[in-house]
Amino acid sequence: MDELYRDQILEHYKRPHHFGRLEDFDLEFEDSNPFCGDEQHVFLKLDGENRVTGVAFEGQGCAISTAATSLLTDELEGMTREEILALPKEFVLDLLGIDISATRMKCAMLGLKVVKGASLGGPADWEDEGDQGDPSQAAAL
Amino acid sequence: MEPTATTAPALPRSLEEIRAEFPILSREINGKPLAYLDNGATAEKPLAVIDALDRFWREHNANVHRGVHTLSEEATSMYEDARLALASHLGADRREVIFVRNATEALNLVAYAWGRTNLGAGDRILVTEMEHHSNVVPWYQVAQEKQAHLDWAPVTEEGRLDLDGFGSLLERGPKLVCVAHVSNVLGTINPVPEIARMAHDAGALVVVDGAQAGPKLELDMAELGADFYALTSHKMYGPTGIGALFGRRELLEAMPPFIGGGSMIRKVSKELITWADLPAKFEGGTPAIGEAIGFAAAIRWLEDLGLPAVHAAEVDLTAYALERIAEVPGLTVFGPPAGEDRGGIVSFALEGVHAHDLSEILDRHGVAVRAGHHCAQVLMQRLGVPATTRASFAVYNTQDEVDRLIEGLLDARRVFEL
Repeated sequence: MDELYRDQILEHYKRPHHFGRLEDFDLEFEDSNPFCGDEQHVFLKLDGENRVTGVAFEGQGCAISTAATSLLTDELEGMTREEILALPKEFVLDLLGIDISATRMKCAMLGLKVVKGASLGGPADWEDEGDQGDPSQAAAL
Repeated sequence: MEPTATTAPALPRSLEEIRAEFPILSREINGKPLAYLDNGATAEKPLAVIDALDRFWREHNANVHRGVHTLSEEATSMYEDARLALASHLGADRREVIFVRNATEALNLVAYAWGRTNLGAGDRILVTEMEHHSNVVPWYQVAQEKQAHLDWAPVTEEGRLDLDGFGSLLERGPKLVCVAHVSNVLGTINPVPEIARMAHDAGALVVVDGAQAGPKLELDMAELGADFYALTSHKMYGPTGIGALFGRRELLEAMPPFIGGGSMIRKVSKELITWADLPAKFEGGTPAIGEAIGFAAAIRWLEDLGLPAVHAAEVDLTAYALERIAEVPGLTVFGPPAGEDRGGIVSFALEGVHAHDLSEILDRHGVAVRAGHHCAQVLMQRLGVPATTRASFAVYNTQDEVDRLIEGLLDARRVFEL
């Protein structure tokens, strides 16, 4: 069995869940991974209590970004915007269940970034990018 | 396989001997020998270059142009000899060779120092659909600032510049034509002398992006007809951090400086500052001294091999690669067919496997390629793809490495159950 391109990943890449547009949506956002040409457009429908009742995504991208977003959309139903914005990168990595290298991390994180963007109404940060440099760590680098 | 010309010059050393000059080529990647096919991104460095850099920093390092002491004189002499080596390589005067950081900086220098003083509202700049962003964005920036317009010379289905389309756009009277010598995606070698002739007849100047041409072609500025030509060292077997701008002397004389500071001035007082002569006028601050010397070492190394032989070998290898890659089902190759105007850059798309995944799988085979838009998003739009995978050859690449690329592509089809 392939370490990275496991059956689950290939399945979600070839037949992604919630793929397409929502005609009736409340929130949408589009974003891309400029390094490799992955783009995704996410649509969210909310109920009266601002919980997700519908989700769809379109776009073109690699197996990792497509599978990650497909798996993520399976989990969004019932979540509020606050809950979405609080999702850490580990949430997506656990869904993928495979080791993601530093180079592919943005592929894995694109869906989360777009979904958070929809919740925010503006671009969200990349979950894999660190914060400030710490001089005390310099020698360790 | 057919020879490309009856008098195709041969490299003076065997491929094995050449490869032995590159220590990094003996690395293993994921337990496999490295097949480095990402030379369009950067080339590996021969011992001649590594040793030249090492020797400079061990024995000759000092700042240039300032001191009268021995070390400073040595460093200055070596730095200026590096400029002369470059000037000879280009058939240019030393005052026409400006050291910069890379080809991007060279093009920005032209946009900043020539563009901003010579372009005004309503003026037109003619770029092509195949340009790298470095030969698009600076012109876009000038156009925004000056309310000038960008026109886009079209690329044919075969990946060549549509010279008829180019000619029509010349009738709009652009002041500047911006063109790549060699496309970093398609491998197309554009007919720069003809393009320059057409442009000059129409009253336009020509700025050429030579980043990919540097390692592949003989470059005679008079023959090419370029008014400005951008080169980068790291793609032509030299170190990063250094490149060069060739500019015709009368143009450079008339241009205001780019980077202001030390070395580029003649006199500074509270009332008035005057500029240094060429080439110093465009070289503010301490230059990348060691790197310039490394760049010159790379140029000498290339000249020793002979650029005509380098080009002939690359045309042959590319023909082999195009032949073999045609065996992979579902694969689309972009760019012209094998031939003299087809450099060793091969971009392709495999149906059912995204470029990024393809590169990942090729890396497992020890094969290094690049995936993405290659800083040419307009070209990607023209080709109708979001991204391609690109294999790009250097003089040390072999048919065996091409074979491994093909094996990797067939393996990717298996992994994706195609």
